[in-house]
Amino acid sequence: MDKFNTLTSVAAPLPLINVDTDMIIPARFLKTIKRTGLGADLFSTLRFQEDGSEREDFVLNKPAFRNSEILIAGKNFGCGSSREHAPWALLDFGIKCVIAPSFADIFYNNSSKNGILLIKLPQEQIDKLMKDAELGANATMTVNLEAQEITGPDGDVIKFEVDAFKKHCLMNGLDDIGLTMEKSDKIAAFEASQKVKIT
Amino acid sequence: MNNATTLYDKLWNSHIVDEQEDGTCLVYIDRHLVHEVTSPQAFDGLRNERRNVRRPDLTLAVADHNVPTTDRDKKIDDEESKIQIDALEKNCADFGIELYSMKDIRQGICHVVGPEQGFTLPGTTLVCGDSHTATHGAFGSMSFGIGTSEVEHVLATQTLLLTKCRNMRVTVNGSLPNGITAKDLILAIIGKIGTAGGTGAAIEFAGEALKSLTMEGRMTVCNMTIEAGARVGLFAPDEKTFEYLKGRPKSPKGAAWEAAVEYWKTLKTDETAIFDEEIVMDVSEIKPQVTWGTSPEDVVAIDGCVPNPAQETDTNKRNKMERSLEYMGLAAGTPMTDIQINTAFIGSCTNSRIEDIRAAASVVEGRKVANGVQALVVPGSGLVKEIAEQEGLDKIFIDAGFEWREAGCSMCLAMNADKLGPGERAASTSNRNFEGRQGPGGRTHLVSPAMAAAAAVKGHLVDLDDLD
Repeated sequence: MDKFNTLTSVAAPLPLINVDTDMIIPARFLKTIKRTGLGADLFSTLRFQEDGSEREDFVLNKPAFRNSEILIAGKNFGCGSSREHAPWALLDFGIKCVIAPSFADIFYNNSSKNGILLIKLPQEQIDKLMKDAELGANATMTVNLEAQEITGPDGDVIKFEVDAFKKHCLMNGLDDIGLTMEKSDKIAAFEASQKVKIT
Repeated sequence: MNNATTLYDKLWNSHIVDEQEDGTCLVYIDRHLVHEVTSPQAFDGLRNERRNVRRPDLTLAVADHNVPTTDRDKKIDDEESKIQIDALEKNCADFGIELYSMKDIRQGICHVVGPEQGFTLPGTTLVCGDSHTATHGAFGSMSFGIGTSEVEHVLATQTLLLTKCRNMRVTVNGSLPNGITAKDLILAIIGKIGTAGGTGAAIEFAGEALKSLTMEGRMTVCNMTIEAGARVGLFAPDEKTFEYLKGRPKSPKGAAWEAAVEYWKTLKTDETAIFDEEIVMDVSEIKPQVTWGTSPEDVVAIDGCVPNPAQETDTNKRNKMERSLEYMGLAAGTPMTDIQINTAFIGSCTNSRIEDIRAAASVVEGRKVANGVQALVVPGSGLVKEIAEQEGLDKIFIDAGFEWREAGCSMCLAMNADKLGPGERAASTSNRNFEGRQGPGGRTHLVSPAMAAAAAVKGHLVDLDDLD
């Protein structure tokens, strides 16, 4: 997993609420046994017509936003299915940070385990960032995870909260399986104590 | 100080292996269900790091999402699906995990198979790389869906790093009237609290109307907890739970059974426990439910109409409503019972158990599927299918013009050949009416099994009371 520190990019505005993981990556693209290559089908139905040509009005198809690494969206982003293909598709496309008023729980976990930073902000601040983002190519934002700050195109700074452990893992690109395996004695002790209850 | 705890607190507290300074806990996982779609990358991760599966004996695998529901003797036409199913078989063989193959009568949707085999037990923690894992909470098991990185974490360590959910209780009081099913209750609950209403919460279900449900009904309710945003849904185990589990292949036997039941009886919320949030409803306010839009919170009573976005004051919500109505091809004010359907789908981890099949069959018996409607019944497992056939239910469906299929997820998420075409409209017993969920451009109305059967017969959404 890549380390996350600061990110400067044009931000793509996606002012939809309840963006579900079927919308991020429809189920028909889940028939893969790999983590890579899913970016081609990110937001497939929103991005492409039935004949496979691009929908010009979709934000990630507009020239200014094609290389956005930041996405700004409405509340409850990532609801629905637990498919980790959703963060894989975002990452494969190049999106490393999503900013929204709220996220669905499973998507939130899945994203942080893939080095994607999700930032929750109050609706008023989202509204402002959404307006900033609509300025397009000349309006880059900078996300600084260590300082927990977003600097908008006008130089305004917005502070954000992030779970301390997730921040640590993101900044250091840590694989938490390795960390947990260091506790295998504790796991074994738990297993030994538990057998009386449920087998 | 109030030391009283909720059922969720008890399940959580009894599974903590280690607690970090920031409150994140390492939680032991007693049961892990594995399927073909969210596991291949996890097994690859294990191989890359030369790791083993810590407890293959606590792990059970079954292919469900991708499997064809037609003739199982033929090879799978879809090459990608075949690769994924073959990969599951190889991974299970390599790592010593029990797998119910496509030819095994125990094969089916993992959330039907787990309880059916007694793999799901009260007091356990149970995970699966599928958001509908909340289903197993019907047994008083702390069950929740996880992503593939977490699947790998559980395979390698039999634990997960978690932060505790807040405690929420949804109580539906009153005695359940005829014609109101578990599906109607959970759709009405989602309609009330919204699709993000349970985010960050574990929901315990209480109240006479909910407690009076059968185990199948409780599974339907817990299954859709995730559609209200909550990862965990719970019922306290009771005599119905024990009755359902007794004698199942993987349930404890003999003295172990007796000891287990004694322990399971302690698994309930203390009377003085305090929830972070309480929602109380009365069953008298709940009618048969149907969705009109593209989120499970978009529900109305079957005798209602498509709502008007102009009456919504929140701009974001109004925009979403307008988008939904355009996608669904519906005009505000249309009576729900005027909506014609092309397809009726009875199946999915929400509604494919024997009770669901019986409810649909009782509506279908002596009637015919309307002209131009494709109607499917996809039992939740080979065993559900077998019981239904022993009861002659397959003949009722086939005589009426339904297709009687093999077990799998099927049209719930359209990963196999069963899908809606663009603009086609379904009355579906599944759990998600998202855009494109049942096929690109497909339109979904979520309903109970009886309502889906009635819609198949009439060719449009219909109130059960209005069947001839």
